[in-house]
Amino acid sequence: MPIVTDSGFDFETQADAMLSLEALLSGGGDPASGLEVANDTDPRDLVPHFDGIGLIAVTFPNFADGRGFSLARRLRALGYEGRLRAKGHVISDQYPMARACGFDEVEIDEALATRQPEEHWLAVTSLSGHALRARG
Amino acid sequence: MYRYDEFDDRFVRERVASFRSQVERRLSGALTEDEFKPLRLQNGLYLQLHAYMLRVAIPYGTLDAPQMRQLAMIAERWDKGYGHFTTRQNIQFNWPTLQDVPAILDALADVGMHAIQTSGNCIRNVTADHFAGAAADEIEDPRPTAEILRQWSGGHPEFAFLPRKFKIAVTGSPNDRAVTKAHDIGLRMLRNAAGEPGYEVIVGGGLGRTPMIGKVIREFLPKNDLLAYLESVLRVYNLHGRRDNKYKARIKILVHESKLENIRAEVEAEFERLMAEEAGPTHALSAKEVARIEACFAPPAFDDAPDRALDLDAALAADTDFRAWVKTNVTGHRQSGYRIVTVSLKLIGEAPGDASADQMRALADIAERYSVNELRVSHEQNIVLPHVRAVDLPEVFACLQQAGLATANIGQITDIIACPGMDYCALATARSIPVAQDIANHFSSPAQAAEIGKLQIKISGCINACGHHHVGHIGILGLEKAGIESYQITLGGDATETTAIGEYAGPGFAYDDVVPAIQRLMDAYLALRANPDEIFLQVYRRLGAAPFKAALYPASNGSTGSGSGGSGKRPPEPKPHLIASAQAHQATQAQFVFYHF
Repeated sequence: MPIVTDSGFDFETQADAMLSLEALLSGGGDPASGLEVANDTDPRDLVPHFDGIGLIAVTFPNFADGRGFSLARRLRALGYEGRLRAKGHVISDQYPMARACGFDEVEIDEALATRQPEEHWLAVTSLSGHALRARG
Repeated sequence: MYRYDEFDDRFVRERVASFRSQVERRLSGALTEDEFKPLRLQNGLYLQLHAYMLRVAIPYGTLDAPQMRQLAMIAERWDKGYGHFTTRQNIQFNWPTLQDVPAILDALADVGMHAIQTSGNCIRNVTADHFAGAAADEIEDPRPTAEILRQWSGGHPEFAFLPRKFKIAVTGSPNDRAVTKAHDIGLRMLRNAAGEPGYEVIVGGGLGRTPMIGKVIREFLPKNDLLAYLESVLRVYNLHGRRDNKYKARIKILVHESKLENIRAEVEAEFERLMAEEAGPTHALSAKEVARIEACFAPPAFDDAPDRALDLDAALAADTDFRAWVKTNVTGHRQSGYRIVTVSLKLIGEAPGDASADQMRALADIAERYSVNELRVSHEQNIVLPHVRAVDLPEVFACLQQAGLATANIGQITDIIACPGMDYCALATARSIPVAQDIANHFSSPAQAAEIGKLQIKISGCINACGHHHVGHIGILGLEKAGIESYQITLGGDATETTAIGEYAGPGFAYDDVVPAIQRLMDAYLALRANPDEIFLQVYRRLGAAPFKAALYPASNGSTGSGSGGSGKRPPEPKPHLIASAQAHQATQAQFVFYHF
């Protein structure tokens, strides 16, 4: 599964099994290698665990479901400073939005990576996306 | 007026380039049709019944003469020579081809315009009082707020994939001309007891299939907190709005189902968190930036024009057409010596809101010469010249007459709002433009319209209510029953600060029975009114629906009605208007010049 960052595709990252929210909340595992959460998760549940979480992957079941963007903003607002990943159906046109909302990277499946190759993602990394924000 | 700076320009140019690339990637298969659709919509491009439709944003309805001329150029070069001004202060081009759209977007960017977020499940083009900056009753000009919201919402990274569309309207006057209570968020500018400027925030209003009047979620929001508060509302909506059913996905349903007080608590909690954030997110507008935007809307340099003049009084005395037009189409201005002119785009027998390229150019010329280069589009689908010197009114009237734009019917029975309906729209279940044309033709006598006085008829061609029928004094909703058009009538709606949703009057009427039904309503109204100043809506409020239902359904005392919707009459051949309208719009200018009302 390729990971997309500002520098392009990375196929190297290991695909560790990520901990589920249920497992975390029931004390059943170490989230150091990653925690996968649905986009309707209440981010306040994660706050006590922030220090031990190595990576939070927010799932995008469908690119048209924008809840993950708001969840990312809330996780950042609540003080999460670790790695944040958008995982699932995120299209290249949404990459600047994901970054602006606090995601560090996007994980897509092989089929999407084939349909939307690396150059499509690299083409949008420099977009300002938002005049108000760009103006500062 | 606001002028783009380098950031605005870069933003819209990037969006054009993105859209060009999206079209290419759709053709190559990199984007699926499902993926392309919201991207296309967020760039203003709909797929209609017969062709693509491009909806161009006219932020808060304000544009200048060069922009209007560019719209005329686009209409001629890439469309069929006309455009349609909408109930959301935008303009729609009904016949562009997909491959021309990026070039049209480039042409818009050349004059500081775009089609961004005029569609799709995002924050739509922000609307405002079309008399902003000119209205005599204004507390504060809503346009700087609307422009700040345009910049905040345009390309907002968090809110491009909301559960459903999201519409914001702003008014700076106690007399609400922006229908703020029928928007997802309505903002009413006011001052608190200490004299500080702020907003009353209204949430959860909307028309559509579940009409609701917006509720006050915050009685007073300090002006500087606006973006943080709206960001909070949008975040709560984005996270909690329903996504399982598109008809229940608007924020009005969330507010209704979750209760206002719970949503208010959620929003306030989010707002508190946002305000506590140190690193300024998008909500933190610097005082310098606010000042830059406000400076763009400084009042024009009004001169000491006399409020009356001999030749104006002489013209009023001598020319009955002019006098009638002044009475209906001219409104008082905050500045002595100036007037607000509303140019009717409700020419009798034409499609409401349509303007030909020649008419757009004439409007641009008149605005340049007589209205400090400014034009407005009203949600009532008319064009406003906001700053006209009173002494120039006879000349402005003469110019409008020459352009075929001097129809004197603002606020009257023939000043009808109508959605595009079955003639264009893929969602429509019935025609609406031809209904508006039939009513206007039937009541085309200016004396008759003047006798009836102030009346708002609003027509929607489907339950989505783009024609605002719920808030028309008389609303007409076109539905389809067993393959036949059926028109439901609602009574007593109100789009102003005393917002009301019209009451369903009874069974629907067949297409051919709508005009007679409206005539019966008018006969009843004229017989029932206490005096000529009591308008239809006031009589309705005084007497209730019963006498009007009795007039609508004479055979049955108004309770059960006999108009069955399917009276057995087959509707006319589909879309004859389309052909007639297309021909009319290709008509020579001479036909407009010789047009009389």
